[in-house]
Amino acid sequence: MFSLFLEQLLNSLQSGLMLFLMASGLTLVFGVMGLINLAHGSLYMVGAFACAAVAAWTGSFWLGLVASLMAAALAGVLVEMLIIRRLYNRDHLDQVLATFALILVFSEGTRWIFGSFPLFLSVPDILTGTVVLPGALEYPIFRLAIIIAGLVVAVGLFLLIGKTRLGVRIRAGEADRGMIAALGVNIDQLYTVVFALGAALAGLAGAFVGTTQSVQVGMGEPVLILAFVVIVIGGIGSIKGALIGSLLVGFTDTMGRFLLPHAFATFLDPSSATAVGSALASMLIYIVMALVLFLRPSGLFGTEA
Amino acid sequence: MKGMKTTIAAVAALFAAGAAQAEPVKVGMITTLSGGGAGLGIDARDGFMLAVKQANNPDLQVVIEDDQRKPDVAVQLADKMIQQEKVDVLTGIIWSNLAMAVVPSAVAQDKLYLSVNAAPSQLAGKGCNANYFSVSYQNDNLHEAAGGYASSAGYKNAFILAPNYPAGKDSLAGFKRFFMGDVAEEIYTKLGQTDYAAEIAQIRASGADSVFFFLPGGMGIAFMKQYAQSGVNIPLIGPAFSMDQGILGAVGDDAIGFKNTSNWSKDIDNATNKAFVETFQAEYGRLPSLYAAYGFDTANLLLSAMGKASISDKEAFRDALRAADFSSVRGKFVFGPNQHPIQDIYVREVVKEGDVLTNKIVGIALSDHADAYASECSM
Repeated sequence: MFSLFLEQLLNSLQSGLMLFLMASGLTLVFGVMGLINLAHGSLYMVGAFACAAVAAWTGSFWLGLVASLMAAALAGVLVEMLIIRRLYNRDHLDQVLATFALILVFSEGTRWIFGSFPLFLSVPDILTGTVVLPGALEYPIFRLAIIIAGLVVAVGLFLLIGKTRLGVRIRAGEADRGMIAALGVNIDQLYTVVFALGAALAGLAGAFVGTTQSVQVGMGEPVLILAFVVIVIGGIGSIKGALIGSLLVGFTDTMGRFLLPHAFATFLDPSSATAVGSALASMLIYIVMALVLFLRPSGLFGTEA
Repeated sequence: MKGMKTTIAAVAALFAAGAAQAEPVKVGMITTLSGGGAGLGIDARDGFMLAVKQANNPDLQVVIEDDQRKPDVAVQLADKMIQQEKVDVLTGIIWSNLAMAVVPSAVAQDKLYLSVNAAPSQLAGKGCNANYFSVSYQNDNLHEAAGGYASSAGYKNAFILAPNYPAGKDSLAGFKRFFMGDVAEEIYTKLGQTDYAAEIAQIRASGADSVFFFLPGGMGIAFMKQYAQSGVNIPLIGPAFSMDQGILGAVGDDAIGFKNTSNWSKDIDNATNKAFVETFQAEYGRLPSLYAAYGFDTANLLLSAMGKASISDKEAFRDALRAADFSSVRGKFVFGPNQHPIQDIYVREVVKEGDVLTNKIVGIALSDHADAYASECSM
């Protein structure tokens, strides 16, 4: 029982960190540019397809991973320069409409290039198999690798934002867009860089997750919804909030699915306990979001609007 | 004057061809052609249209629309097809929740509905209808066969999981109806869920000797890949939906050896099936899935009825459909009293033929199997 519990904790951490890769880009773009980007899930899909296509073509997962970063960042730069740039001064409804249209364009474009059937993408040989962790716990090496990669990216992102010149500009951009433009920072360039950074992180998440799931058109939208839940919980615009929110959502979702049916089984018969438990488990993260919003309307780490 | 002559000639030709072919039949196909579940609808459509193309019958017209896997869109399309396009026959729906939204109202308006896939229990028992024919199966069938196979393979303690929606519940009910052993644990996952780490951890800890799962489309791909990565090696069993031709390529070699139950397979030995697999591959450049096979059979059933009766005489046309006088890719094909097929269900195993992953029959799970709801149907 202990090792099962420990395994579920690792699973929670892994799903939380993958969500963080998505949510951090979304929250950066919203915080710095004030833009609601529904097409963020499409960039995740672009990353997964690029990784699958290049891995199939070259036979190397690692080249696929590089390709996913580059393809998503490139798609991000193009989209930002051609379309998103015109939306910064519009209201949120216009942004939602335009980026929703981008979802349709990306989805049908991907279908046009790759077809309607899911692509194959598998774990590289070096990361297949399992390791035995303390407590006689057998855990897939690939999931462990994803956890480590997620932690490395999270630390890197905090260093980038906290310690570098670019980070100073990003934080300044969040605080007062007009003022840093007046101080001579090339605001257009900053926006493009931030957008590309967010896109690359989403593409990386797509490649990682595509390896364990199915690489298919429309894979980005369910993750996009979760990422929005995360940034609402964490506070819009806050990277720290995105990290805490991601871990909270990953933990709530995994543990809810695992424990709730068992909890109901203590006082219900097994089949209705399964039905009630799994129904409630699928609502749990939204209940958590509602609670957080009730207690702290601007999210855990959000600045008061 | 010349126009008059051609008209007369055409009328004469019609009479010569006999009354049965005089009446054109218009078919409305509503199926999923975009979004996550598009592969299934595209296969059903391509199978159907292959038969239409081969028959080359000018009296058969087909209108095709995309339901985007959304019940509200499907209902709108059905209304449009019935009222505006004036179709005689509807077909094409893949998903049971969409079928429940469209079929009852369509058959109540005296339109025929021929199902290429979805066949929820609600339409097989008390809700059966003379205008509704399922060419594929009844939803529970393949799961029942999986339960029967698991028992005969000697499994005593199964861990079972399916998505938390009506067809998922039908699935686990069907499995349990024919499985003699114990159920170690029963789990309903979220519909569209893509990460199964939590469930696989429970499977690892459960001590079960077999795992039955029904996760169609992308859900099945995700589960299979993660299961293979997890190092858990309890044998998996499932219905063909978890391992159909459209999914195998994305799962890869991890799928090899997987046992699944199906009423169709590309190696069912009859001339119609052989020709179907060959022509489908030549036409579309890929192997057909079971959805394509159902589509192909549905079109051929309809064509056989058109050869026997006129669509304007509904009663005669229904009788012609009931007779099921066509050559099925499944070999023999008979309708039961509730107009669902009585058929053999096979056990298949995933194998690699050259570079291509596909299924091969390794035995029969249930023969001449009828569904559990037929007795509740009074027609």
